[in-house]
Amino acid sequence: MRYSIWTLINQALTGNRNWTPVWREPEPKIHYDIVIVGGGGHGLATAFYLASRYGMKNIAVLEKGWIGSGNIGRNTTIVRSNYLLDGNEPFYEQSLQLWEGLEQDINYNAMMSQRGIINLYHSDAQRDSYVRRGNAMRLHGADAELLNQDQLRSLCPFLDYENARFPIMGGLLQKRAGTARHDAVAWGYARAADQRGVDIIQNCDVTDFLIKDGVCTGVETSKGTIRAGKIGVAVAGSTSRVMAKAGLRLPIESHVLQAFVTEGLKPVIPGVITFGAGHFYISQSDKGGLVFGGDIDGYNSYAQRGNLPVFEDVCEGGMAIMPMIGRARMLRNWGGIMDMSMDGSPIIDKTPIDHLYLNAGWCYGGFKATPASGLCFAHLLARDEPHKVATKLRLDRFRRGAMLDERGAGAQPNLH
Amino acid sequence: MSTASLSQKNRITGGLVDRDQPLGFRFDGQHYTGFAGDTLASALLANNVRLVGRSFKYHRPRGILTAGSEEPNALVTIGNGAHQDPNSRATTAQLFDGMSAKSQTKMGLLSFDLMAVNDFLSPLLGAGFYYKTFMWPAAFWEKIYEPIIRKAAGLGSLSGLADPDQYDKGYLHCDLLVIGSGPSGLMAALAAAKSGLQIILADEDFCLGGRLNAERQEIDGMESATFAESFLAQLAAMDNVRIMSKTTIFGAFDHGCYGALERVNEHNANGSIRQIFWHIRSQRCVLAAGATERPIAFSNNDRPGVMLAGAVRTYVNRFGVAPGKRVAIFTNNDDGWATAQDLHAAGVEVTAIIDSRTDIAKTPPTGVPTVLGGQIVNTTGRLGLRSVTLNNGIHIPADCLAVSGGWSPTVHLTCHQRGRPVWNVAIAGFVPGGNLPDGMIVTGAANGVMTLASCLKSGLKAGQQVVQDLGFKPAAIKQPRAVDESFAIQPFWHVKGSDKKAFVDFQNDVGVKDIKQSHREGFRSVEHLKRYTTLGMATDQGKIANVAGLAILADISGKTIAETGTTIFRPPYTPVPIAAFAGRSRGKDFRPTRLTPSHKWANAEGAVFVETGAWLRAQWYPKTGETEWRQSVDREVLATRASVGICDVTTLGKIDIQGRDAAAFLNHVYANGFAKLPIGKTRYGLMLREDGMVMDDGTTARLGETHYVMTTTTANAVGVFRHLEFCRQCLWPELDVQLISITEQYAQYAVAGPNARRLLEKLLDPGEDISNEAFPFMACREISICGGVKARLFRISFSGELAFEIAVPSRYGDAMIRALMTAGEEFGVAPYGTEALGVMRIEKGHVAGNELNGQTTARQMGLGRMVSQSKDSIGLVLSRRPELVRDDDYELIGLKPVNSDQPLIAGSHFIGIGAGTVAENDEGWVTSIAYSPHLKSAIGLGYIRRGNSRHGDIVRAVNLLGGQDIKVELCSPHFIDPEGTRLHG
Amino acid sequence: MIINHPHLGPRDASEFTILGDASLINRPDWQAGDADDAFYNYQYLRDNPAGLHRELWFHEQGDRSWLVVTRDTVTHAVIAVALASDVAKAVKAKTAQKTATKKVAAKKTATKRTAAKKTPAKKTATKGNAT
Repeated sequence: MRYSIWTLINQALTGNRNWTPVWREPEPKIHYDIVIVGGGGHGLATAFYLASRYGMKNIAVLEKGWIGSGNIGRNTTIVRSNYLLDGNEPFYEQSLQLWEGLEQDINYNAMMSQRGIINLYHSDAQRDSYVRRGNAMRLHGADAELLNQDQLRSLCPFLDYENARFPIMGGLLQKRAGTARHDAVAWGYARAADQRGVDIIQNCDVTDFLIKDGVCTGVETSKGTIRAGKIGVAVAGSTSRVMAKAGLRLPIESHVLQAFVTEGLKPVIPGVITFGAGHFYISQSDKGGLVFGGDIDGYNSYAQRGNLPVFEDVCEGGMAIMPMIGRARMLRNWGGIMDMSMDGSPIIDKTPIDHLYLNAGWCYGGFKATPASGLCFAHLLARDEPHKVATKLRLDRFRRGAMLDERGAGAQPNLH
Repeated sequence: MSTASLSQKNRITGGLVDRDQPLGFRFDGQHYTGFAGDTLASALLANNVRLVGRSFKYHRPRGILTAGSEEPNALVTIGNGAHQDPNSRATTAQLFDGMSAKSQTKMGLLSFDLMAVNDFLSPLLGAGFYYKTFMWPAAFWEKIYEPIIRKAAGLGSLSGLADPDQYDKGYLHCDLLVIGSGPSGLMAALAAAKSGLQIILADEDFCLGGRLNAERQEIDGMESATFAESFLAQLAAMDNVRIMSKTTIFGAFDHGCYGALERVNEHNANGSIRQIFWHIRSQRCVLAAGATERPIAFSNNDRPGVMLAGAVRTYVNRFGVAPGKRVAIFTNNDDGWATAQDLHAAGVEVTAIIDSRTDIAKTPPTGVPTVLGGQIVNTTGRLGLRSVTLNNGIHIPADCLAVSGGWSPTVHLTCHQRGRPVWNVAIAGFVPGGNLPDGMIVTGAANGVMTLASCLKSGLKAGQQVVQDLGFKPAAIKQPRAVDESFAIQPFWHVKGSDKKAFVDFQNDVGVKDIKQSHREGFRSVEHLKRYTTLGMATDQGKIANVAGLAILADISGKTIAETGTTIFRPPYTPVPIAAFAGRSRGKDFRPTRLTPSHKWANAEGAVFVETGAWLRAQWYPKTGETEWRQSVDREVLATRASVGICDVTTLGKIDIQGRDAAAFLNHVYANGFAKLPIGKTRYGLMLREDGMVMDDGTTARLGETHYVMTTTTANAVGVFRHLEFCRQCLWPELDVQLISITEQYAQYAVAGPNARRLLEKLLDPGEDISNEAFPFMACREISICGGVKARLFRISFSGELAFEIAVPSRYGDAMIRALMTAGEEFGVAPYGTEALGVMRIEKGHVAGNELNGQTTARQMGLGRMVSQSKDSIGLVLSRRPELVRDDDYELIGLKPVNSDQPLIAGSHFIGIGAGTVAENDEGWVTSIAYSPHLKSAIGLGYIRRGNSRHGDIVRAVNLLGGQDIKVELCSPHFIDPEGTRLHG
Repeated sequence: MIINHPHLGPRDASEFTILGDASLINRPDWQAGDADDAFYNYQYLRDNPAGLHRELWFHEQGDRSWLVVTRDTVTHAVIAVALASDVAKAVKAKTAQKTATKKVAAKKTATKRTAAKKTPAKKTATKGNAT
């Protein structure tokens, strides 16, 4: 079923009784050419691009719960490509370009909303580093502007210019950045992949890998053995747990990142705003809730929940720069498991085991990467070589010393 | 009856309101009167105001549904200006004199909302409609569709002004936290309190007692509300009990930590304390949070006047308000019958009891018609209920319909960690499952105990169990006399065939049809249902809607409710303002401010300060007549290089290192050698992270055989100290070495310039010799100055001049700067700030934060040879990885504009002359820039590929953000005195 | 969270800074033939278990002790807390003992050197777990 206003009208006139399932519920086959482990945003996007751009057939996505139940189901929905390093910026810019055409690509409205992101700066040194970053973005074809305080005031008159502990001097603006409706991304990719013949198998837990002589030939699952030509793993926070079944130790730790949403409010925040002297970022959803977050809790966790110090730290950050949000009430808090890599950048690469491929290390930036991650992982699975925007996102970069450390924090995941 | 009462059409007798205290308030501009003890909702009902809001999507007229914090409809904006408080629940807002409230979610008048057109378009706007359209043409989403959607969305408005009220934070510790002050909570609290435990009893209401205040029941021969009052008085008199009303325990966190919000003065704080956010640490918790009633879905079940039956009883019994003149009741359990009894007793007409059950034998109040097996299929009355239509076609007149679909235990806090509730068939509700937060016991209705006497008993038992668990002796407590009211329920979720506008989630306008459509489209997991339809995502987070929603889903899927499962309960239990979590950490108090010992003096001198981390440092010292910062900075630089300048460098991290193995320890933590540093000498030290990148740099002085003092950069002081403790305790615990941070214990000043020695000599006590021979470059020692003050003197230089740093105990810091300045008068001494410091270090080619940013190696900084290959130091092994020793790596260079009139911009990228301005041609970037008054030109430092071999090359420094594209000449980073003759002078 | 400090009793977790896996105590030998590999493993690879995890916490707002906290990453329950310096000393003592025995063994069977080489990093980590 193709979606459009005419479909809606037609359905409305017939009592909305003729809608059909958005995806099938197939039983797994015994063999696929490619099996993707993980029915989150990245896994579903990978399947979609494999089918739509690489002409692959006979693909399955295995999801242990319901699709979109991981980090794509709980995040702050920010989409941007404001990175510094050569190894990252082209990748995220590719992703942003895919976002820009996503609705038409998948015939599903993911509500990509390019209302811009502003990273505030609070010192000369911070401005200098933003100039460096903004130029890197521009050189890679992305957009970036440096705002001085007057320009910032006209966009965000509500910031605390007079009384902030760390003065708000200006910001780095990327206008094409914004937000998207996270669940819709998962469902849209799932529907589009399903329409192209991809089997999406929910409630299918991968319990082991079939590995012989260094070659992976399939997976054991709660729904039986599934053999495959190639196996791609995209399980975010569960990466270490899953890959341990293949005997691999990885440069990844799982941490909890909390996020928050307020009750619905009339529009008040223009785009995404991030605090440069504390841990706080915020945007407003189409529904009106202020969606915000900050730093990870700092301890390894698989619990999908955090603790109060982060509530306080994040809200203090918010009040420090925009005390007008004080009376907005936090409605819900949640925690997701972040696959924090040792340099803060992701990995899309082969593994030491033949036919087993890895997509991981997204830290808390995986949402914006969803389209490019899917495209690049699909490219790698289809062609056995990295996509041109993902040549630096390699597993062996730590051994070689080619880290992609945007923050310069070193090999400590909870600092990225 | 007072005149205030006379104006309140629906006010009846009884209740816990004070008729001697009338309170005037406004709603949508109209004046009304209520009483002390009212909520805004009860006062509105007393005045027969039934229409209070509009729904989110279809803008349907809505009235008050509940009498608690779960209210989905009656959300209003209370207060004006900066005090404006959107989305306030009228049902919990305590009425005060002068309260001003406005309805929300409307365009135009509340009674004539222009957006109500959505209601007629509702077939188009079903579940997830927005995912399927607004895609063509692509550009329209951003420009047209989305702005319209955004404008229509949202409930109330923030004022856009800074929150003017104050918020506090506090920590409380107790043996037992009792959550909820209903019958079971009170019993648990008393049992524990009498046994000597430290108790906190918290309840979200401003009037404690829970349902005891809302029901007409008898305990120990007293009315239940009177019993609650006397019981609470008993508890309040005990020293070991802290009673916290208006306090919501909103979350259960790890290891017995509970988050609490005390609404000290929710809507009338006027700049004083509005709320307090408490961390409560408790060994045990008794959750006695009660239960929440839920509605039944049928067509037009949302009209103003439709109310939950328990809420109807609350308004009648607690507030002395009749929610209607003629009340009909629709129930699937015995609760509806109790409602009829209470209404009847209060003299309110009950037009019918409609019970969905058939085989029951209950006696209605005299004259009240009953319809067994009855179902409501529709209602009339757009702005207020007029009648209900039954499945047998009969119309029953009613301006209020009391609905009871049964009660859901308030299990939320039991699920804030790993707990998942389990379905209990007997009460048709979810009760707490396993995996409760540590130390939590659930009692009363929250645990599925639905009747009074059993609740009292279960609370007492819970209290006694805690007493025993904690090793106290349980005191003897008499079980109060009460009876269990009749309780029976037969699940009934929605009237079949009455699907049109049959709402489950009222605020988000999610109806039975949406749930069916969601299932039809394959959104069959409860989480998919929730996310696709937004069921349970409104401000009540599904307290009203969730159970019915999943019961309907279970029904459609042919599964049981237990198989269908629930979504996850997450904090906060009820919403908490952002300002409450921030407390007083806002504005200038966001983070502490650290001041150096010379701050007072510098402030008096008119210094301009700058935030460097937590510190405030003097940035420059403007003199009369200087209008541009550059004038001051240039003067400070020139004065220092010509004669002498003084800079407060207290903010550098200072670490005292002592022990027999201190040298061995330093040799491990620094990349360069420290084993053989002589006593009385200072050495520059380069510190790597274990990953081989540069972590920090500084100097370390050896003051004695076993005594060293290290300095770090200001930015890394905390991190370096932490790292050193890690090295000491975790890597080399066998070494005899101790560390302590002395950053705050010593004030330290750099005295730099050709006259630095002469200046200092004026302050030395007799016998002290700091001549070049006695105290050469890099010397250090303790000296005596100013008549016996013990100071530490280091002959080190960041400026490239003959320079010293003198450290004195902080208490002498203020006196020291004054003494230095006085002594320097004859040399025209200039205090200099961080800007001049920066200029001079760039002139000298010293790396600082912009070059040493955690992404750079010693090699890149030109310090590669300092990394000793012959000892075990942190970072050595990994610094040798192939990508970190590339021939074409970035290397530090100096740069000057070819045209010296042109300014440099830090952050510009290097692109070759004639090369395209694209990433492939990006060769590096400008890290730091300054105007050098000596060279009369802008100068800079930067990293460029193969920089060491490119001195003399000309490249472009491009800043696309500012439109600058200028030619620069690359050079050595040492712009001034590259041989270092000044240092050694 | 609450960390039961061996010297100071129960302390709020917010007084601490967390570094990560306690295997960071087992710093490899810089002169070993496989030092490059060993340091790469040490610095970058993690078990990252869902379950019991030994990790380093620094009592930054307190007595500046580094602690080894054994905590369940699924439930957040803290099982044990020890001073990192005690753990580190024990690890060093064991390693020294092992090296000594190995040297003796190596002398006895000079031919079989390869097997012993494999063990250091991972094995000591497991041993540390038991303390």
